[in-house]
Amino acid sequence: MTALLRTAAVTKSFGGVQALNGATIEVEQGSIAGLIGPNGSGKTTLFNVITGYETVDGGEVYLGDKRITNAAPDKVFSAGIGRTFQLTRVFSRLTVMENMIVAAQNAEGRRGRLHNPLARAGGPATRRRALELLEFTGIANHAGALAETLSYGQRKLLELSYVLMADPAIVLLDEPAGGVNLTLITTIADRIRQLNQQGTTFLIVEHNMDFVMGLCDRVTVLDYGTAVVSGPPDVVRTDPRVLDAYLGTAEDDDDVPVS
Amino acid sequence: MSQDTVQAGPAEPGPAQPGDRAAAPARRDRRATGAKLGGLAILLVIAAIFPLVITDALYTQFAVNTMIYVGAVAAWNLFSGYSGYLSLGTAVFFGSGAYTVGLLANHWKLPGADIFLLLPLGGLVAALIAVPLGLIALRVRRHTFVVITIAFFFIFQLLAFNLSFTGGNQGVSSPFFLWSASTYNNPFYYVGLVIAVATIVLSWLIRNSRFGLQLLAIRDDEDRARGLGVRTMRVKLTAFAISGGIVGMIGGLWWFFIGQALPETAFNPLFDLSVALMAFLGGFGTLAGPVLGALILEPLQQWIGITFTNGYTSDIVLGVLFLAVILFLPRGIVPTGTEYVTRWRAALARRRETAAGGSAPPGSPVPTRTAAPAISTPAAGSPATGSPATGTPGTGGAR
Repeated sequence: MTALLRTAAVTKSFGGVQALNGATIEVEQGSIAGLIGPNGSGKTTLFNVITGYETVDGGEVYLGDKRITNAAPDKVFSAGIGRTFQLTRVFSRLTVMENMIVAAQNAEGRRGRLHNPLARAGGPATRRRALELLEFTGIANHAGALAETLSYGQRKLLELSYVLMADPAIVLLDEPAGGVNLTLITTIADRIRQLNQQGTTFLIVEHNMDFVMGLCDRVTVLDYGTAVVSGPPDVVRTDPRVLDAYLGTAEDDDDVPVS
Repeated sequence: MSQDTVQAGPAEPGPAQPGDRAAAPARRDRRATGAKLGGLAILLVIAAIFPLVITDALYTQFAVNTMIYVGAVAAWNLFSGYSGYLSLGTAVFFGSGAYTVGLLANHWKLPGADIFLLLPLGGLVAALIAVPLGLIALRVRRHTFVVITIAFFFIFQLLAFNLSFTGGNQGVSSPFFLWSASTYNNPFYYVGLVIAVATIVLSWLIRNSRFGLQLLAIRDDEDRARGLGVRTMRVKLTAFAISGGIVGMIGGLWWFFIGQALPETAFNPLFDLSVALMAFLGGFGTLAGPVLGALILEPLQQWIGITFTNGYTSDIVLGVLFLAVILFLPRGIVPTGTEYVTRWRAALARRRETAAGGSAPPGSPVPTRTAAPAISTPAAGSPATGSPATGTPGTGGAR
């Protein structure tokens, strides 16, 4: 097993706030990794740095052997890293199917065929693949609906679906269980497991401890921008440094994105 | 595609058959498409024979001005409407095209109608100008982008006044032609019509293409689009240059038609505003909206101009009109109109359903526009819809 995604001593500060302070994490190929930590510990910033939405002040990011430090978001996506956002971000005035096609475009272009730039968006193969994925996540019957008509939970599923359009090697999920009901949480966990069995690696930021501990092979705890503990869920759960980082119970720290 | 509602067909062909309901939606779609195409064809025929039927030079002159605006607004919409980047510097390209065609026509001493052949060159120069401007302005968004495009506009007007080759405040005049006064406007009208129709067709092609989808994705959430592999700068810049190039060609046509380009008429701030306002009136970002806006507003403006000869009365009339539009059609004619039609159709369908069989479950009053979700994924954002059968709402959701 080798590390598919690796950050090495990444630092990032916003003004006087040191969001990341030498964060070093590793995600093994084929695993489901968890990233937890109290609010403000730098989890989302780390995601932003990996996916090119923020530049690092220092340190490196690698995908396999490839250095992707400070690569632009589109390059990172092409390289094989897909991500979702804590607050869902879908193209609200496009249909669900069109949302899927936007993400597919790059994948299509990479096959090296010359494309007529004015050709109709989304060929039959793309649409079939999109429908497959939408069926997989359970929102296929909304394919023709505008994304703005979806509920919050359905938008989360759409985000997961369109990220998968490019067959990413690794998917970064920012609070997939945040603000959704129990039934949907179970569904999402189930889908993640299935995808993982098919070879997709995951890195998940989540506050819902049952979700993280039940799903992940390995959990890393971030505190003040540094990875303090990393190991299997059972080990991490009982580590005194983790309890210290959270200052009490994890459940009290649950934050729900305002929807 | 849903917002492409071009003129609800003037003649709905065939009576509605209420009997078979399963095939009805598909048939209605097909019929709607047919009606749209029919309506378009009729419009095109009317546009093509207009100057042959109405030969009054005053009205054909109106028609030329209208075609200039139809093309310009459609071109503006192709970038600003699709991408959401509001440009108020359209006159930069209009003026650049006008000056390019004017200066070259004089330099080469082209005779008569040959000058029309220069229009693509005017468009090319405008498109080339759009590239560096876009590389600067497209780094910023929203209000900042708007302000920067306005700044570009003023820079270009100043340049037109002050550069050595632009003729200063004398501008660039066109040679005089001994064309028949009664048909003088016709060649300009037809060239304008061709450019306008080509722009509309191009807009339609782009709307359904991958490129267009990328533009619309940028409009909705540019950062997210980038994170899904869309090369946003390249896409925006391409659209900006295409749009600018078309407006440049139209500027060249305008110069030839008017016979003179002055810094304050070729680089006219009112042109910047009019183009945007026409698009807003018709429906920003839709296909038919901007065209409709230009077709309504430009003739109206011209008519008001000759009817109310003192300047302020026409201004007041226009102002009142705009207030009315904002009150009743805040999102523009096409989107708001489409909404009315959709609501009216839904109401009609509901009434038909209750009339057909009274068995419709009364417990489903929420008019969602899509079918119920297949998997049990009740809306998490609204706890009210959490399914009672599957247990309590998520623990994580508790506040």
